[in-house]
Amino acid sequence: MRPVIRPIALCLCWLWLAGGLTACGQGSGDDATGTRPVLHYFTWSDYVGPEIIREFERREQVKVVIDTFSSNEELLAKLQSGATGYDVAVPSDFMVAIMIQQGLLTELDRTELSNASTLEPHLQSLPFDPERRYSVPYLWGTVGIGYDSRIIETPPDSWSILWDPRYKGRISMLNDQREVFGAVLRSMGQSMNSTDPQVIEAAKERLLRQKPLVKTYTSDHYDQLLASGEVVLAQGWGGPVARAMADRPSIRYVVPKEGATIWADCLVVLRTAPQKRLAMRFINYLMEPAVAARTSERLRFASASRLAREMVAASTRDNPAVYPPLDQLARLEWMRDVGKGIRLYDRAWTELKMQ
Amino acid sequence: MPSEESSRASAAAQASCRPFWLALPGLLWMTLFFLVPLLLVLAISFASRGTYGGILWEFTWANYLDLLHPLYGKILGQSLWYATLTTAICFVVGFPLAYVIARSPARWQPLWLLLVMLPFWTNFLVRTYAWMIILRQDGLANHLLLALGLISEPLELLYTPAAVVIGLVYGYLPFMVLPLYVAVERLDPALVEAAWDLYASRWAVWTRVVVPLTMPGIVGGCILVFIPSIGSFITPDLLGGARSMMIGNLIQHEYLVVRDWPLGSAVSFVLMAIVMAAVVLYYRQAGGADGSSEGR
Amino acid sequence: MKRRSAGLNAVSVAAMLFLYGPILVLVLYSFNAAHLSMTWRGATLKWYGALLQDEALLAATWNSLLIALVSTVGATALGGLLALGMEQMPHRRQQILEGGLVLPLVIPEVMMGVALMLLFVMLRMPLGLTTVILGHIAFNIPLVTIMIRTRLRKLDPMLREAAADLGADAWQVFRYVTLPLLRPAIWGAVLVAFTVSLDDFLVTFFTAGPGATTLPLKVYSMIKSGVTPEINALSALLLVVSMIGVAGSLYLQRREV
Repeated sequence: MRPVIRPIALCLCWLWLAGGLTACGQGSGDDATGTRPVLHYFTWSDYVGPEIIREFERREQVKVVIDTFSSNEELLAKLQSGATGYDVAVPSDFMVAIMIQQGLLTELDRTELSNASTLEPHLQSLPFDPERRYSVPYLWGTVGIGYDSRIIETPPDSWSILWDPRYKGRISMLNDQREVFGAVLRSMGQSMNSTDPQVIEAAKERLLRQKPLVKTYTSDHYDQLLASGEVVLAQGWGGPVARAMADRPSIRYVVPKEGATIWADCLVVLRTAPQKRLAMRFINYLMEPAVAARTSERLRFASASRLAREMVAASTRDNPAVYPPLDQLARLEWMRDVGKGIRLYDRAWTELKMQ
Repeated sequence: MPSEESSRASAAAQASCRPFWLALPGLLWMTLFFLVPLLLVLAISFASRGTYGGILWEFTWANYLDLLHPLYGKILGQSLWYATLTTAICFVVGFPLAYVIARSPARWQPLWLLLVMLPFWTNFLVRTYAWMIILRQDGLANHLLLALGLISEPLELLYTPAAVVIGLVYGYLPFMVLPLYVAVERLDPALVEAAWDLYASRWAVWTRVVVPLTMPGIVGGCILVFIPSIGSFITPDLLGGARSMMIGNLIQHEYLVVRDWPLGSAVSFVLMAIVMAAVVLYYRQAGGADGSSEGR
Repeated sequence: MKRRSAGLNAVSVAAMLFLYGPILVLVLYSFNAAHLSMTWRGATLKWYGALLQDEALLAATWNSLLIALVSTVGATALGGLLALGMEQMPHRRQQILEGGLVLPLVIPEVMMGVALMLLFVMLRMPLGLTTVILGHIAFNIPLVTIMIRTRLRKLDPMLREAAADLGADAWQVFRYVTLPLLRPAIWGAVLVAFTVSLDDFLVTFFTAGPGATTLPLKVYSMIKSGVTPEINALSALLLVVSMIGVAGSLYLQRREV
């Protein structure tokens, strides 16, 4: 019997350690969690610092439980099929539109949301929720090109740099069909939400020509590739490029002149939320200028709060990868759900991958 | 004598209803938590995608007809090739390891098995990142090869088909080693010894004695490696640079990016049918050989 | 014997190096000062400190271990019984069941996740730790059964018959003949089930509800903000604890022998 006892003993040993660690992690002065209301926050990982959550827990005498998802589609899949129990979630712009349309969200209570009125002017009214009845923009930014200024001495201003054969094998593109096609469509002078089969076909041809130059399609580690010098050009979101800058100061970020994506992650309260009032207060808390500024610094994404912009460090505020300069706004475009048109992108993307 | 025979007969009668009760809990579980949900998605594969990615319940063959496009055949072919290669390499590397473990002193064996599995108690994503650190242009593998003088300039290792196969072999090697170990442990060393005494060649000892006698383990191991490697998607994305698609990527993509559950389900069922056909054929071949050697 | 073993040993050593090479890198990089783990920027212990402060990560670790442990025990029991039952069935029925058991391995994980989620929602079961465990047991049963059958099929039926002839009842045959002979297979099955469950992402994602975030879910969702060496630190820590456990049990065993 000994061989059977051993693994069990081993597992117990593990559990004991993990339990011990959890206990000492939680040991910072709260007990009787059972009696306090619990708020379930469904978000991207690390989207909020632990100390920010602890402060809210102390202030409101509640417990916040954080669950995480890794893509908007996962979030939707879960909610659409009827999963309940979550109170607050953080979908991105186009997903907010879908969630409103699917009736998954609760109308916000303005009286609880005093901090939601101090938004950046251009985020006051967004195409997916013009009156902000269901969502409050939280963090926002752009998609552009991160590049190493030691290798590419003249700052690029166009997507066409990604087709430059001099940088063969040192280019990374996002592993995201809409963003990759979006960049080409903009460089062709088209909308990135085009559903014209001929336009998409032409975009695919351009991408096929680019493919031999591309080292990898990745959405999750181009910051590392830039920082380690494996690639010198990367299509990507501003935040990760800003992280790469911290590691390799010669990295720069540019939003091409043909235009690019603007995105915003928004705070919403779910229709099935058990703790609606608390959820409103939580959103209001996250939008407090000081709290929003801390989050912005931590993640290197711009806060939607106008007052937070004034509170973040100058180095963050002046970094175009984090806070897009406001004169760029005119050439930015929101990604929209293209409905059945998605099949066109899908087929073209699969063909691109398999070539 | 007659009394013994009757007791054996009653034991046989007992035995005939016992297997059912033994198997029942597991079968019930699999029916409720596998078969029923499977029928749900089978139904979905005949529905169509709603405008916003929901499911429209209208019966259609469209999802299956879509798959006749040659593109999907190409993806499937490539996946089968990667999976076959992975299984073969896992077998070549895994068999000696399993053999050595099974022939080590009995009390060390659990330790060795645990050591084979331990690396996989770390997180999959950081494990894959570790491979990226090793394989990248300025990585450990290239430095090592340069230092040994085997190459004169760094090789392109990461984001190649070779990197994908390395990653897959790494991920599934233990699933080959464990069933093989179980089979080899049961193999009587005297049989191998006897073959040597009869002056069988090294090749003959392996192919005529060791391999046939460990066939169930080989079948089990190959299935446990081949099937999941066809459906893998993170390894080809991260180590292969997402420059080609395996069938697992396609399915993942349909379910989680495009939110086309009907098409995703249809691809899954087609894949399932093909792999099941392959497995049945394989069982016939391998199982048949095995059955005859035992004389039933 | 010796001449033959040399080649085998060499391949085995190479295989173990292959298995542990990336693990060494992983552990080494848990001491990396850089936030982005691909480049080396000097040694630090800060990720271990950060880890101890990270409540969410520790809670996720706890969930993962709990789910893996419970589902392994459940699947080993159910799958083991299933294997024993199947063994005594007519040959034809065995083959059919065998084919059926391969099915769960064949279907893509994401589909299994979606399917289970739809089922739980239909049954109006609130998603949470329980539903995750139910799902994990379901995908682990076939693994366990296949591993144990590998062994059972090669088991000499004469042994059991001999025991029965000597007057052992069904339980005694099982307890003193079949079980000891099955031990290596059970061992293997437990290890496989535990490992698969610990690292599962897709089925877990779809069946997890509020408060049931596991370690893989947590790590994948870090992709947007960057996977920090904290995860390396956690992985290293779990490895070290497991190793200490192994060494401890070896020591105890040595003293007994």
